[in-house]
Amino acid sequence: MDEWASVPDYGLGWLDASGPNADIVLSTRVRLARNVQGRAFGPRARLNDREAVLRSVRDSMNRIELLGGSHVIELVDLEPRVRRILHERRLVSSDLLGRDDKGPEHGAAVLLPDEHPFSIMVNEEDHLRVQAVVSGLRLQDTWSLVDRLDDALGREIAYAYHHEFGFLTSCPTNAGTGLRASVLVHLPALVLTKEIGKVLQGLSQVGLTFRGLYGEGSEVVGNFFQVSNQTTLGQSEEDLIDHLERMISQVIQYEQHARQVLLRDAANVTEDKIWRAYGLLRYARSLSFEEMMNLLSGVRLGVSLKLLPGLRVYTLNKIMVFTQAAHLAQAAGKDLPATECDAHRAAYVRRILATEGVVPPGGEPAGTERT
Amino acid sequence: MKCERCAEEAVVHFTQIMGGEMKTTHLCETCAAEKGLDPNPPPQKFQLSNLLAQMGPGGEGSAASVVSGTCSFCGLELADFRESGRFGCPHCYTAFEKGLRGLLRRIHGATEHVGKVYLPVDPTAGDRSRRLDGLKRKLQRAVDSEDFERAAELRDEINAIEPV
Repeated sequence: MDEWASVPDYGLGWLDASGPNADIVLSTRVRLARNVQGRAFGPRARLNDREAVLRSVRDSMNRIELLGGSHVIELVDLEPRVRRILHERRLVSSDLLGRDDKGPEHGAAVLLPDEHPFSIMVNEEDHLRVQAVVSGLRLQDTWSLVDRLDDALGREIAYAYHHEFGFLTSCPTNAGTGLRASVLVHLPALVLTKEIGKVLQGLSQVGLTFRGLYGEGSEVVGNFFQVSNQTTLGQSEEDLIDHLERMISQVIQYEQHARQVLLRDAANVTEDKIWRAYGLLRYARSLSFEEMMNLLSGVRLGVSLKLLPGLRVYTLNKIMVFTQAAHLAQAAGKDLPATECDAHRAAYVRRILATEGVVPPGGEPAGTERT
Repeated sequence: MKCERCAEEAVVHFTQIMGGEMKTTHLCETCAAEKGLDPNPPPQKFQLSNLLAQMGPGGEGSAASVVSGTCSFCGLELADFRESGRFGCPHCYTAFEKGLRGLLRRIHGATEHVGKVYLPVDPTAGDRSRRLDGLKRKLQRAVDSEDFERAAELRDEINAIEPV
């Protein structure tokens, strides 16, 4: 717990919306799956395998400059709520959290560095899942960072590698490069203009796949789509990254075009939808996460179209993260039943929008009235 | 979760985007079939289970070595792999090598890794030269994209490996 208390901001770097196209592309994530030579993979690993893998990470950490000042946190040492916070920040997978009734396996850990935007999951399905998450569309830089860290780790830890099959992974769908690059995009105008089906179909025809906010198996909420490469073998990392970047750039253009169509053909309806969404968020007394995400989608579109003056993308990103169940429970200092959780969520959104909400031109901040 | 039309357990979760609204319908197998929704759709999207079923007896690469496959290192049997879709250890890749190429081709459309070359702890001359080729390709890219910091790092690494 103490370690957690000293590192509360991990996984939040992307919130600042500082990257290119950050109003449409929330974040770019690049991850590599790596395994240690001569050890059984995650699902068949015994306690001594998992301990040896964790030890090799701890040992090599001090010799890798990029990992200076890192913390390794074992999940079994954390309270369940703090584990869920790490999950809500996408620093650990639900796999690493373990089953609800059993909790995490011994040796399941996450490495969080001092300043860089990456993290390493230890003893997941693969021994190491090295990932970096940054704001906006920044695939090349993010790959370059992960690549450098991987080079350094690979010099310290003997990786499982085959000259023909590449980096060996527990699941053959990750073999070869072990690379999954994904981009979280917000495509409300394509959904509103009913073009989204064609776009998603097009993506699947060029070797890309899409998921919801929380990766594999999660549903699409709030018009947020996570687009990533489907195959990992037979192309170089750079080619996979280039391809994804080109395709996402096209998707951004389609989305921008659809937004112009909305403004041209249905300006009043669009503006009304956006302000209604803002009004509900600003004053609602109870919000489920799904309802809030759908409203935030409308408001995000409004900020992007410059219809909501004074409201920043950063504020919307912050709301998305801090209104998740475990974050709200942490702020309240206790676990919250669903209805209470919805009330706490609405209160948080009202409080944030009171100080960081829409500012009327030349007027007082919108939040001067009592919330 | 219960089916929306009857009390059976819902097994089909169907998300539709219509009129800008996203709607998810939860149905049991029977009701889904009545609505023309196949709970096991043909592999438009990638379906690992379908591919795994083809590995081993009856499928491509059903050579004797694969039919009786067991990894001598971790004890994983082919049946385990077909059930879980997960290998047990790095050695499984050589233990099941015969059927593996067909599987990789169906998953990735390729069987050979052409990305980053890893230099093992005790590299052979072949490992070194493959690694060097890879690094030189990367260096060219770094120079092309004017990432000179990365280029300098790669140059150092190439110099460290280049045979004297």
